[in-house]
Amino acid sequence: MLQGNNLECMRGDRVLFSGINFSIKPGELMQVRGPNGSGKTSLLRMLCGLAVPNSGEVSWNGSDIRSLGEDYYSVITYLGHLSGVKDDLTTIENLCITSALAGVEIDKKTACEILQKMGLEKREALLAKVLSQGQKRRVALARLLLVQTKLWILDEPLTALDVSAIELIKNIIERYLAQGGMVILTTHQEINITATVTHQLYLS
Amino acid sequence: MSINWYKYASPASFYFLAGRMIPYFSIAAIVLLIIGLYIGFFVAPTDFQQGEAYRIIFIHVPAAWMSMFLYLVMAFWAGIGLAFNTRLSSMVATAIAPTGAMFTFIALWTGAWWGKPMWGAWWVWDARLTSELILLFLYIGFMSLQAAIDDPRRADKAGAVIALVGVVNIPIIYFSVQWWNTLHQGASVSVTQSPKMAASMLVGMLIMSLAAWMYSIAMILMRTRVIILERERHTAWVAELKGAAR
Amino acid sequence: MLIWIIRRDLLLAMRRQADVLTTLFFFIIVVSLFPLGVGPEMNILRIMAPGIVWVAALLASMLSLGRMFSNDYLDGTLEQILLSPTSLPLLVLGKMFSHWLVTGVPLVLMAPVLGIQYDLPFSALIVLTLSLLLGTPILSLIGAIGAALTLGLRGGGVLVSLLVLPLYIPVLIFGAGAVEASTAGLGFDAHFSLLGAFLLVSLVCAPWATAASLRISIE
Repeated sequence: MLQGNNLECMRGDRVLFSGINFSIKPGELMQVRGPNGSGKTSLLRMLCGLAVPNSGEVSWNGSDIRSLGEDYYSVITYLGHLSGVKDDLTTIENLCITSALAGVEIDKKTACEILQKMGLEKREALLAKVLSQGQKRRVALARLLLVQTKLWILDEPLTALDVSAIELIKNIIERYLAQGGMVILTTHQEINITATVTHQLYLS
Repeated sequence: MSINWYKYASPASFYFLAGRMIPYFSIAAIVLLIIGLYIGFFVAPTDFQQGEAYRIIFIHVPAAWMSMFLYLVMAFWAGIGLAFNTRLSSMVATAIAPTGAMFTFIALWTGAWWGKPMWGAWWVWDARLTSELILLFLYIGFMSLQAAIDDPRRADKAGAVIALVGVVNIPIIYFSVQWWNTLHQGASVSVTQSPKMAASMLVGMLIMSLAAWMYSIAMILMRTRVIILERERHTAWVAELKGAAR
Repeated sequence: MLIWIIRRDLLLAMRRQADVLTTLFFFIIVVSLFPLGVGPEMNILRIMAPGIVWVAALLASMLSLGRMFSNDYLDGTLEQILLSPTSLPLLVLGKMFSHWLVTGVPLVLMAPVLGIQYDLPFSALIVLTLSLLLGTPILSLIGAIGAALTLGLRGGGVLVSLLVLPLYIPVLIFGAGAVEASTAGLGFDAHFSLLGAFLLVSLVCAPWATAASLRISIE
């Protein structure tokens, strides 16, 4: 269970948000909404432990994520604004290395299958720099099919994706939620993800 | 009587406490400076080897001591700020750096003035001078790093890391420079043989050191106050202060 | 895990060979400029050679520090590295090692050739190469701290030199000192032991400091 207690974020002198409280349990989805510059990305970075809240704490099963360190990183998957896809590596190398970094070592065959599921067949051996933005995003999202983490934190996962890819991601997320995963995501697009409980968090 | 230290660890109370303390330290600095200079220039006897030129040590030695000591103090407070996330200690560390760098510079400058009549050269690659020069580089590195970072929290933490890395390295650097210096004996002049010092010389130097201490404390308090105001400018108590000043 | 990150960085370096070669050519050019500045007198050059080669190595290795984390920072891979379940100092150590393989090792291999330009005797060439072999890893290790601290800052490239070069001084002194001692017919094992000691100390401390710096910089 992930909990945020009284989170506050300052950007310079300005308070971006403060007094944010929430808690999500397995199978639940939280959508973070708000206009540009309201601190959605900052909040997500806080939740995955990249940024430290100015006050308040984020806790996982009751303990502060900062004291958990790597134990926490092994149960979450974060997908940021930047997709973390290396231009100078091929699609398949990218997938193998990012999943290895996340603690899952896969062979080429599995990687190919995953890429096929993501609609990237025949692109396995291409350098990522020749891919389109949407295709790069697909490579980054392919990791979601591999990792066995309990919480996904997705920052604008649908940017640059076409309709079929959005549908694909929606299905992946729904299946994950049904299996008891937790998802926190921000998105500008309207997307209807069925979940047992959907929390809405508005930042203004 | 017990003092509530935590109360003074908050920037706001420290601001007022420092404000009350600055005059005392400034006055002490001025008085000690006058006494020290008087002893240095009029009481201390002329050195029969070095003549009058040696009198620069009344400034040079205290400056060199302060420069090294302040780096340690700076790293200490920066480290405390990093470990315990106490804002005030990081602000103090930031406030110390310019004073420390200034003393390092003075030590180098007066060293050159002393070196010219003694060694016949403005600069010699003596182990102590070289270490002092490297210390200046470390101060400059610390200040430039903090200046380059916009976010004060990141600036505090990054400065702390580089200050601590510097502290670990200072003994290594000092030791290697010494080794390097003895290796190249021919080129250097030994300054280690200290002539027997008259009591009045020693007293003058100690009083000058005390003056440097008082000056540093006063300056650091002043600069910390400025940093506090700048960083807390949007808080209620600073707004109140501004209202009262109007 | 360590293997993965080393393999990845080496793969990336292979795909961007120009970056590797730039560092190497910088090293060669700096060393070759000195005789043009101080004159072709071989006796002077022979004395100056160890210092020149070492200073050039310091500058060349420093020049490549910027690339150590900034590419990963820009494309978001660094965030993934920071969020990896593997301990960060270990991953950082992997990056340091591949940085050394890519920038340090070419300098070590090139050094004897440049030493010949300066008419160094054979024994001195060997000592020079060995001293670089021991010393260049320290440059990558300590330099990483500076690279991590200046990540994403304006003018980070110049700043990193201010931070890192003073810390390189002991390596310079003992690296160049070893060669001088050997040409003077003195023993150089003390220099090597000290370089080795520095290497061990920085091997233990630098990954931690770099990991902490990365977390500070990415926040």
